[in-house]
Amino acid sequence: MAMIEVNDLHKWYGDFHVLKGINESVEQGEVLVICGPSGSGKSTFIRCINRLEEYQKGTIMFDGRDIHAPEVNINTLRSEIGIVFQQFNLYPHLTVLKNVTLAPVKVKGMDKKAADELGLQLLHRVGIHDQAHKYPAELSGGQQQRVAIARGLAMEPKVMLFDEPTSALDPEMINEVLNVMKDLAREGKTMLCVTHEMGFAREVADRVIFMDYGEVIEQNTPSEFFKNPQHERSQQFLKEIL
Amino acid sequence: MSYWDVAPEHWGLIWDNLDYFLWGAAKFTDQFPYVENLGGLAASIVLAVLGILGAFWLGLGAGLMRISRNRFAKYTSIVYIEAIRGTPLLMLIFWFFFLAPILMGQTLPAFHSTLIAFIVFTSAYIGEIVRAGVNALPRGQMEAARGSGLSHVQAMRYVILPQALRNMIPSFVNQFVSLTKDTSLAYIIGVNELMRTAVQVDNRETKISFEIYITIAILYFVVCYVLTSYSRRLEKKLSRYQARDR
Ligand SMILES: Nc1ncnc2c1ncn2[C@@H]1O[C@H](COP(=O)(O)OP(=O)(O)O)[C@@H](O)[C@H]1O
Ligand SMILES: [Mg+2]
Repeated sequence: MAMIEVNDLHKWYGDFHVLKGINESVEQGEVLVICGPSGSGKSTFIRCINRLEEYQKGTIMFDGRDIHAPEVNINTLRSEIGIVFQQFNLYPHLTVLKNVTLAPVKVKGMDKKAADELGLQLLHRVGIHDQAHKYPAELSGGQQQRVAIARGLAMEPKVMLFDEPTSALDPEMINEVLNVMKDLAREGKTMLCVTHEMGFAREVADRVIFMDYGEVIEQNTPSEFFKNPQHERSQQFLKEIL
Repeated sequence: MSYWDVAPEHWGLIWDNLDYFLWGAAKFTDQFPYVENLGGLAASIVLAVLGILGAFWLGLGAGLMRISRNRFAKYTSIVYIEAIRGTPLLMLIFWFFFLAPILMGQTLPAFHSTLIAFIVFTSAYIGEIVRAGVNALPRGQMEAARGSGLSHVQAMRYVILPQALRNMIPSFVNQFVSLTKDTSLAYIIGVNELMRTAVQVDNRETKISFEIYITIAILYFVVCYVLTSYSRRLEKKLSRYQARDR
């Protein structure tokens, strides 16, 4: 059984048809890279999976349940799906450690000491444990994004969603974030990554899908996709980002 | 005869009455609230402080209802906020003064009924400040909080409000400054605050109106100036914790 199973997913913003029937299935442990031009619906698609966006038609199954089934608690669902945003969205009024432990303490009711331990361990994993008591504004962009990844991992999610996690970063900080993501991929985390980082895709992705105008128009293994894009629009796109 | 010939005598009289301007005929007692006949600037400040504290909680409630998705709560608060913002404060003061006997069958002391008027009046503005403050936060804050599994209430409580309220501090201080000046309106229904002590002394001494009103102008100004400069310092200190982008 697939971890995520998307069936004929449609979404409209008013009259504007953003997602035009997406069918996609992601296995446990699979790393899926989603690319495509700006405005093609990539963010909208992955945000539908944890219901940050509503959709009007189709179904999304997560771990065997329809995410809109009445017995599915939306907060539980979201705690099983970590998300990392382009703009980090760290909580500026909380320390780095508190950013990571907020959800485990408030959602799971974990006691503070255990949560701090977990938080420090996750911060260690992303290489920021010595900054645990600083505030986000005191960290570089790359460090902030790594904190955001640790925060996403704190609820021990079954799936991690990444929405262009390196697009807002200065070039010299991109690799520190990608390396953390590569580690996660190698540890077997199920990941959906919107990214144009081809090196990352080549190294760890199982599959690349290409979206344009709200449709998935091509999918392939990373090496085939980058070497030998089939569709005219993906050829054009790859030429532009190279 | 020039002004400088009478100035020492006039300012001497001001000096003699300064304690009355500052705290009226206050006397300490051993019973709550441990002071009676508090007047002058002290009464104005007490009115303003109690007013802003009451207005904060009432305004926070109104502001949260204003942005709630519950339509009943939302429209109730819109009517409340708009009705009060469209009403002169002086009228509200009269209104509560004359309403109390009807509602409770006995007159409420002028101090209490003006305090209620101040709380109600200021809470409408605070409600708007709260609404604007919450809406001004980047959308990503709510998304990150909800995305991690926090409920809407938890996200408000732990992520949105702590930031929004901090950002609102300068606006709260602004309201506090306005209210401090507006306490002078309580004069009209007989509350013995700074303005009224000035009028009393003026009636008694007759010749020193000019010096009296200069003095109380300075007193109002000093209080407001201290508040605004404190707020400016606070603003600088807090800016580093603000969420940027979007
Ligand atoms: N809240 C919204 N209201 C209306 N249109 C939107 C909204 N959010 C996104 N869109 C539009 O939907 C399209 C897809 O957006 P998005 O999923 O963010 O694209 P991508 O992530 O691929 O750049 C874009 O054309 C965008 O302008
Ligand atoms: Mg996007």
